[in-house]
Amino acid sequence: MLTFTVSRVLQSLGVLLVASVFTFSLIFLLPADPARLVAGPSASVQTVNSIRRELGLDRPFVAQYALYLTNLLRGDLGRSYKQQTAVRPLIASRVWPTFQLMLGAIALELLLGLPLGIWAALRRGRWPDQLVMGFAFLGASAPQFWLGLSLVYLLAYGLNLFPLGGYGGLSHLFLPALTLGLGGAGWYARVIRSSLLEVLTRDYVRTARAKGLPQSRVVVRHALRNAAPPIISMIGLDIGVFMGGVVVVESVFGWPGLGRLVWDAIRVVDIPVIVGVVIFSAVVITLANLLADVVQLALDPRIRYS
Amino acid sequence: MAWRRFSRDKAALLGLVLCTLVLLGALLAPWIAPHDPNFQFPDGISLEGAPQSPGTAFLLGTDLLGRDLLSRLLWGARASLLVGIVANGIAVVIGVLLGALGGMGRGLTGTLIMRFTDVMMAFPVLLLAIALTAVLRPSLWIVTLVIALLNWVAVARVIYAQVISLREREFVEAAQAVGASGSRILYRHIVPHLLPTALVWGSLGIGTTVLLEATLSFLGVGVQPPTPSWGGIINESQSYLTTAPWLVLFPGAAILITSLGFNLLGEGLRDALDPNGAN
Amino acid sequence: MKRFTGRTLLGLTLLLGTAHAAPQQGGSITVSYKDDVTTLDPAVGYDYQNWPMEKMVFDALLDYTPGGTTLTPRLAAKMPDVSKDGKTYTFTLRKGVKFHNGRVMTADDVKYSLERVLNPKTKSPGQSFYTDIAGAQAFVDGKAKAVSGIVVLAPDKIKITLNAPNAAFLNIMAMNFAFIVPKEAVAKAGEDFGHQPVGTGPFKLKSWVSGQQLQFERNPNYFMAGMPYLDGVTVKVGMDPSVAYLSLQRGEIDLLGDGIPPAQFLQVTRDPRLKANVFSKTSVNTTYLSLNTGVGPLKDVRVRQAINMAIDKTKILRIINGRGVVARGVLPPLMPGHDKAEAGYAYDPAKAKALLAAAGLKNGFETTLYTTSTDPNPRIAQSIQQDLAQIGVKVQLKSLAQSSVIDAASTPKTAAMVWSGGLAWTQDYPDPSDFYWPILSCRSAVQGGWNWPFVCDKALDARAEKADRMVAPTQQAARLKEYASIFAALNKQAVWVPVFHEVRYTMKSDRLVGGVDDLLDPTHFINYERLSVKK
Repeated sequence: MLTFTVSRVLQSLGVLLVASVFTFSLIFLLPADPARLVAGPSASVQTVNSIRRELGLDRPFVAQYALYLTNLLRGDLGRSYKQQTAVRPLIASRVWPTFQLMLGAIALELLLGLPLGIWAALRRGRWPDQLVMGFAFLGASAPQFWLGLSLVYLLAYGLNLFPLGGYGGLSHLFLPALTLGLGGAGWYARVIRSSLLEVLTRDYVRTARAKGLPQSRVVVRHALRNAAPPIISMIGLDIGVFMGGVVVVESVFGWPGLGRLVWDAIRVVDIPVIVGVVIFSAVVITLANLLADVVQLALDPRIRYS
Repeated sequence: MAWRRFSRDKAALLGLVLCTLVLLGALLAPWIAPHDPNFQFPDGISLEGAPQSPGTAFLLGTDLLGRDLLSRLLWGARASLLVGIVANGIAVVIGVLLGALGGMGRGLTGTLIMRFTDVMMAFPVLLLAIALTAVLRPSLWIVTLVIALLNWVAVARVIYAQVISLREREFVEAAQAVGASGSRILYRHIVPHLLPTALVWGSLGIGTTVLLEATLSFLGVGVQPPTPSWGGIINESQSYLTTAPWLVLFPGAAILITSLGFNLLGEGLRDALDPNGAN
Repeated sequence: MKRFTGRTLLGLTLLLGTAHAAPQQGGSITVSYKDDVTTLDPAVGYDYQNWPMEKMVFDALLDYTPGGTTLTPRLAAKMPDVSKDGKTYTFTLRKGVKFHNGRVMTADDVKYSLERVLNPKTKSPGQSFYTDIAGAQAFVDGKAKAVSGIVVLAPDKIKITLNAPNAAFLNIMAMNFAFIVPKEAVAKAGEDFGHQPVGTGPFKLKSWVSGQQLQFERNPNYFMAGMPYLDGVTVKVGMDPSVAYLSLQRGEIDLLGDGIPPAQFLQVTRDPRLKANVFSKTSVNTTYLSLNTGVGPLKDVRVRQAINMAIDKTKILRIINGRGVVARGVLPPLMPGHDKAEAGYAYDPAKAKALLAAAGLKNGFETTLYTTSTDPNPRIAQSIQQDLAQIGVKVQLKSLAQSSVIDAASTPKTAAMVWSGGLAWTQDYPDPSDFYWPILSCRSAVQGGWNWPFVCDKALDARAEKADRMVAPTQQAARLKEYASIFAALNKQAVWVPVFHEVRYTMKSDRLVGGVDDLLDPTHFINYERLSVKK
């Protein structure tokens, strides 16, 4: 297991290195002059030139990347072009709201997905099964921004059950978390359903049922244990999906997390912030998947990794 | 055989019907749309700028510039499907090629290709798509290209796994034993077995792509005005959500129906073409 | 009948009673904005959102009467002495004014603050306002270590000499860029001064959580006795205007920083119960369509005039819910020098077509229109697109991020037409020269400038320069008349299509006490120090 972990960590570092090259190239795709962006529209040409030299923007790609990487390794993500502050504290101040949102979404996915999946599997082929499958398909096909706006219109504006948006406690968290997690809940339900169906046909489960064990015990003891590893890897994958989803959800709900930060940065072409958030996301996604793999291995030593 | 199984699958048939409807709407838009989708009717908005609600003059109401919403939705299907089909088509071709190459090439090429997909997996696709389209001045073709360049990864992974398992099968080993070249084995023995997968992803992927395009247009970095696009209509109208909800409701429903149609169709195809019923 | 009169009288006395009552001390308010605040560094901030917040933390030597255009001394003890040639100004400072860090402000701080704006390292967008000070250019170019035209005479006296007389110089000294900052606090905060501001102003920044809120608290040692009235101001960011509006009704917000959202606008303005809390004022700005005089058919003045006649401005006003007045010329109505008699170009597509035909473009032509991608600007651009299609001009839209639009618009021979929505020219100070030099003069018709039509008329430049030398109060009327005639000449050249002057609407809570001059000030936007709450 140690060898596996070490090799996965090394592999992840390689992935991140290449990812940072990609992300950094964004600056070179930019049709506008970054020095002009920093200086602002009314700055003189001299000011723009001095900024270009100061930031090393007149140097070749490799030199600029090397500088960026050394700074990155020291935890320095550069300074925002628009906000008069460094990128790192900017990202740090947004991590917690986004984390809350993701946690809320995962909780809702599990709370909705698990029971629905079990229900569908136990009533296979009958209306509950079809209902749950229908929900899963709708969840996967509904655009998140539309779902968010519709929930706001119906539940917050129409029925006045929730705040319309903004940051705050659980009541503020519910709608954005639901928007972020609803599609995933359907996906969880499908995976749990099929993993349950597979277990329910196995001999030892049949035996357990034949011995008269209550169905709930069978489901909990055998079936759910079997479904645990895929769920853990799904949560790992979810983090990656959420990193994109929060851009939409946070901008619809005015949630002060990383998604809103990067979206605001994109609108004003604040490259250091965009690059910073993308690299940070890549690190989080890689870590989440790494963690999911290691936890899975620890839970179920039968799994062999090549 | 496959068609029989497909035709008994009600969900898949529903998918087929939905896809056909959307496709027909897009193709026949010039003939069935009641108005010019870009014409701003002087009586389409009130003196204070409020849009017309659904009614007899405009079946689904007007947008904030006084244009007929129904006509814009029908024409909007074109942008949606165009991006969906073209972007996803490119993604499937790249995915199949790279996945097959990765699976066949035992040496450096295979490793490089698969490590490259690892890198791509480390990125949040949506975030990267938004950043890319915003930074490269947005247009229909940039959106198509960006989506294609991001969406091939999933296809490549599936194809890769399939090629690896095919490689071990008897008929390939037999071909290798008689000295067939690598490329010959690839084209004669492996590619035909990949076609069903490509077909399934060709449909499933359109569902995802349509959603992605709608999201980009909603954020204002996708299809540009005045070309009608569903995400774009919602973007233009979201500030009127509480007073003109139809401007958000109808285009959203159009996106949902299209995406749902292709997802159901894709799943149906998968079940029909894969006799083992396994994914 | 009698009773009716009585009630009216009673109502009137009540109204007068509240208006004359001294504002109550204490309490705090919450203001909402959609976008995050970028900086509170007065040398850097340059938008309607951070401008009034900087005014909370800092002061300039001069200020305006609330809502007005009359200059008054602020950190200066009195209005400065001006030399006979109009080139030298001597300021005397108020004694004993302290920065938030406790140190007394002196003339050295004034010199430091002005040099800081000029220093290229500060990257101040206001740099060019101060380059007319003697020796400033040498300082900017790095040839001098200090600005020779700024001389400290005594701890409370400073002399500023200009290269040439400038009638707008005192206005420039009242701008946010001329706010006084303490050197040691800037040195301590380094590049983060914009997030850790220290000034002399009526409020101090207490906390700032990115993406959430900024909290300001009362400066108990403020030099103006009794000011400010409020104990604290909370600025909430990330609030969608519609959400903010509903929160105001629920009593969670006291003032809508972004104004009344378009969808609710009708409902609000028609509801008599809300009338007392809704304020509106025509802002001193002009939103226009810029026509690049160096690109293709637009080089021909007849084509530019045709475009002026083809655009239906009333239709555009409908798109913005009627929140504006039709513009006929460059200068907004509240700007000194505005000519009420200027008729502009009337909407006349037939005449426009005839003009195009006369220019040899009977079949129209193809061109591009740049716009920022934030609503409602792409919609307005589409309306312009349809108007121009009617005279045969086929327009391709480019809807881009603000900085990309500015980039294209300020590059010669690139953007044929630019819709200025979201980037409308708003006064920096109430003087017509501010609508000439930065946007329509030869010196601004350069790469990176704001002269998007790239118009350069040397004769007009000479006339404007001459007008700016008329600094004596007796010459003021003649000077304004000259500017009016300069803008009339520009209108004939049709380098802009002036479309509208925005009317700003805002809404406050019942408990917030403040008038239109405090909530919609033409220069500072919001005068926080004059606001108070009912208890």
